[in-house]
Amino acid sequence: MEMTFSTPDMWPVLPEIFLLGMACIILIADLFFDESRRIWTHWLTLGALAGTAWLLGGQMGDPAVTTFGGMYVADTMARVLKLVAVAATAVVLIYSQDYLKSREIYQGEYYVLMLTALLGIMVMISGSNFVSLYLGLELQSLSIYALVALRRNDGVASEAGMKYFVLGAFASGLLLYGMSLLYGMSGTLDIAELARWTASADLNAGLVMALGFVVAGLAFKLGAVPFHMWIPDVYDGAPTAVTVFIGSAPKLASFALFMRLLVDGMQDLHDAWQPLLAGLALLSMGIGAIVAIAQSSLKRMLAYSTISHVGFLLLGILAGTEQGYQAAMYYAITYVIMATAGFGMILLLARAGFEADRIDDFAGLNRRSPWFALMMLFVMFGMAGVPPFVGFYAKFAVIWAALDAGYLWLAVAAVIFSVVSAYYYLRVVKVMYFDEPAGELLRLQAAADARTVMSVNAGLILLLGVFPGTLMSLCVAAIG
Amino acid sequence: MISLYHYLTLGAVLFSIAMAGFFLNRKNVIVLLMCVEMMLLAVNMNFVAFSRYLDDMAGQVFVFFILTVAAAEAAIGLAILVVLFRNRASINVEDMDSMKG
Repeated sequence: MEMTFSTPDMWPVLPEIFLLGMACIILIADLFFDESRRIWTHWLTLGALAGTAWLLGGQMGDPAVTTFGGMYVADTMARVLKLVAVAATAVVLIYSQDYLKSREIYQGEYYVLMLTALLGIMVMISGSNFVSLYLGLELQSLSIYALVALRRNDGVASEAGMKYFVLGAFASGLLLYGMSLLYGMSGTLDIAELARWTASADLNAGLVMALGFVVAGLAFKLGAVPFHMWIPDVYDGAPTAVTVFIGSAPKLASFALFMRLLVDGMQDLHDAWQPLLAGLALLSMGIGAIVAIAQSSLKRMLAYSTISHVGFLLLGILAGTEQGYQAAMYYAITYVIMATAGFGMILLLARAGFEADRIDDFAGLNRRSPWFALMMLFVMFGMAGVPPFVGFYAKFAVIWAALDAGYLWLAVAAVIFSVVSAYYYLRVVKVMYFDEPAGELLRLQAAADARTVMSVNAGLILLLGVFPGTLMSLCVAAIG
Repeated sequence: MISLYHYLTLGAVLFSIAMAGFFLNRKNVIVLLMCVEMMLLAVNMNFVAFSRYLDDMAGQVFVFFILTVAAAEAAIGLAILVVLFRNRASINVEDMDSMKG
């Protein structure tokens, strides 16, 4: 047997290779920095992200390519999602710095694990084979399990880490079992070949079962009801600097996983997976909206709001049209912008011995820091979907896509639940503007760079809402 | 003669036992970690059986990756378990209820 080996095209994978190299360098370099010079790790990490973004930006206009024998695909959707993920990670790092110092987790591990999690996200976004998708997913998940439990002397954080680990591993098992059945029936691990096989496959019991396992695994990772039980505890128990990350960039990867497996791989089985997603979407929107009302912790409230947003995102995917996928991608990106700002505000308000994660902690924020109260108002109005903020257009686009696909009842339910969820977002606004602060008047004392980034981040929620076309045209270019 | 279906049945049985273990076990977190491993091994059984049946090496290559990831996963799981035990002096599943809502 003759062995042939040709070097794969490395150019499309350069951003990932660079990021991996930098993660290794930072891991070693950090050993030589003591606490007073940890800032170097911070800047090195931001430099690594800037370099990755620069490499990604350089490839933006290129045509879609696959490399590594079909394992890896770099198309416009992948590049746009990766760029947003890199930006979100950088924003998270800037918000987190003060929080990490005051919580005694200002360590190199935090930065390295963030980079490896981001690497996993990027591999997931570009995976076009079961193997690369699974490895990306695990790289992301394993890094985040460790991040959640990073505060070693915090019982709640380690409990949250354990719950996330056990349920996440369970979800990976479901996904893998579904993949093994698909492999057995189609005879391939490659997404493109799977798509060719499904074009002529007839829907039998085995295929339905495989699809059920895959969708359940994906729903777990995204946090859709009834696979959502990890979300509130993990968001609540993890250090806020980690929560803000879990709430943002990984959502893009989960969206990409749905796109790669269900759309790129099994578009022809659309009739089979559409009702599954419809059920997940309805339950997620409903449970997320209703249970969030009862929360007094802002982190928990935002966790349930995530579940509700996941339902809206699924509306776009289940529509099964290009317009629907574009709407879902738009929703995912705008959600990431709003989530980083929302959780980021908790980070900015927190200080030593004060988590600022209760809704009451925001009481009278307008009297203390009017500018940041306004920014938080942008976030809350954006999440509620009040025009002209970006959330309105995002919700409008996915509901429109569901209507187009003939899901009138689901569209009506979506509108009702978005009105219900407006209640708890507006309650935060009411607390900030009209309630008396309970204790002493604490101003927001975050560092200047975090304040500036927060202003830009929250400003984007308004700006993209007034000019929705820019981002939407990017999503149209990415899928279509 | 042992056919593909025998292997698939064994895989399905192992997977079901692991899933049952997740939901029935109320005592020990280590049992949950064992269930995770068992789930992945059931999946590996499927992949190897299919790979042999289809005469396609890709399935067996995937098994190597799953095994490697399972090892890394076990390492992180046990590390978190040790941290949890130090904080709580308990690895009872029923004690993991400090967050509500």
